[in-house]
Amino acid sequence: MRTLEPPTGIKICSVSELTRAVNMVLGEAFPSIWVAGEIANLKRASSGHIYLTLKDAYAQVRAVLWRSTASRLHFQVRDGLEIIARGNLSVYPPRGDYQFVIEEVHPKGLGAQDVALKQLKEKLVRLGYFAAERKRPLPRFPRHIALVTSAAGAAIRDILEILGRRWPAAQVWACPVRVQGLGAAEEIATAIRRVNHLADIEVLILGRGGGSSEDLAAFNREVVAQAIFTSRVPVVSAVGHEIDVTIADLVADKRALTPSEAAELVTPDCKQILDGLQACHGRMSDLLLNRFQTIRGRLQELAGRRTLAQPLERIRDRERRLDDGEVRLHRAMKQKLAKVQQLTDAQAARLETLSPLNVLGRGYSLTRRESDHVVVRNTAQVQVGDRVVTLIEQGKLMCRVEEKS
Amino acid sequence: MENLTFEEALAELERIVRELEDGKIGLEESLTRYEQGVGILRRCYGQLRQAEQRIVELMGMDGEGKAVTRPFEHVAKVSTIKNETG
Repeated sequence: MRTLEPPTGIKICSVSELTRAVNMVLGEAFPSIWVAGEIANLKRASSGHIYLTLKDAYAQVRAVLWRSTASRLHFQVRDGLEIIARGNLSVYPPRGDYQFVIEEVHPKGLGAQDVALKQLKEKLVRLGYFAAERKRPLPRFPRHIALVTSAAGAAIRDILEILGRRWPAAQVWACPVRVQGLGAAEEIATAIRRVNHLADIEVLILGRGGGSSEDLAAFNREVVAQAIFTSRVPVVSAVGHEIDVTIADLVADKRALTPSEAAELVTPDCKQILDGLQACHGRMSDLLLNRFQTIRGRLQELAGRRTLAQPLERIRDRERRLDDGEVRLHRAMKQKLAKVQQLTDAQAARLETLSPLNVLGRGYSLTRRESDHVVVRNTAQVQVGDRVVTLIEQGKLMCRVEEKS
Repeated sequence: MENLTFEEALAELERIVRELEDGKIGLEESLTRYEQGVGILRRCYGQLRQAEQRIVELMGMDGEGKAVTRPFEHVAKVSTIKNETG
């Protein structure tokens, strides 16, 4: 077999080398270019990068919005949107195609859809759909929670898990609906109205499916806005992402950034509530105990006071004083009597000393005339021969005067 | 007292605590209020601890305006799978 010999002097390169060379040429020839085109085949990867095709009537080029660029977008990119973008070209070696790496992008004028959306928003503002005063408060301890969302996807699973963990006391009423595609908006509106026919439902969570590549157009439709606006039940919307807020989010009573946040907004944490209950229990017990101790303390203090311990003491006191008084009185009287006695004794004694009979005791005698018993003090009172009676201490003497001197 | 909602029960407990704090009610009444409070607490504990999440699918309303429901299957399957795969 004849093998083909390459002609001499010609360089043979590998595919990789070729690709590298093309890449360099592209990069040098198109360091920064502005391209206008229509978006098609837009796909959001889970990594956050957005892959799309930019096309016009005759040609198309693959393009990519890295996550960092995509996160800074201030409008929603979707199929059919006309954009103007600045970027550079490079080759994607594994596939051998070239791509337009977008660094900056702006909507080219407004597409028909965007105009319609803008007009709808203005209309709803005029009707008061977005008014802050209209927003109702959410119930603190809901017994019945409704869920309008796609049955597929992570959103419903996350919501149910968090509801079950935080507040299992609430019954959940699930209304699975399609969240994108033809007829989805009508399904969503119908579900919201159905929930409102149940008197017991206290709050409704509106969610999307959870996939990041979802088309949220259904939630920008007027029929959905109207269903939320006329809902007696407060609506928590967990539809839009950080940057693309839908009309449903704006009409809802509360907006949650994620389905999980929505579940947390409508329920209390039952662990916290249980802790609170226990604290309340402790407080009540302490208060009652305090009350008892205070009263017991007062009782003891009162019991300790002498007036209460010996209530008769005052009377006894008085009695004792009376007794004392009586004794003193007696004593005083006795003393007085004694004194009086002394006095009378003394006087009696004095009297006695003065008594003539006492004089007789000392040896003196008393002479009286026998005739008239007159006491003789003077010799002139008697004559010789008169009879006299002489009283001595012990007896009488009958005498005759013999002589006078 | 039996038909208090959870919210009403909490409000009543708060009221009882405040009455006990004020100390203006008599000893006998304090005891009564305390007992009422303990009763409410027990019922609240019960409601929270025994609760098991119930999920139903709301399919529609019947002619008399009553809800037509069926048990919600989907997530049960999903969470079972989740549990099995750890």
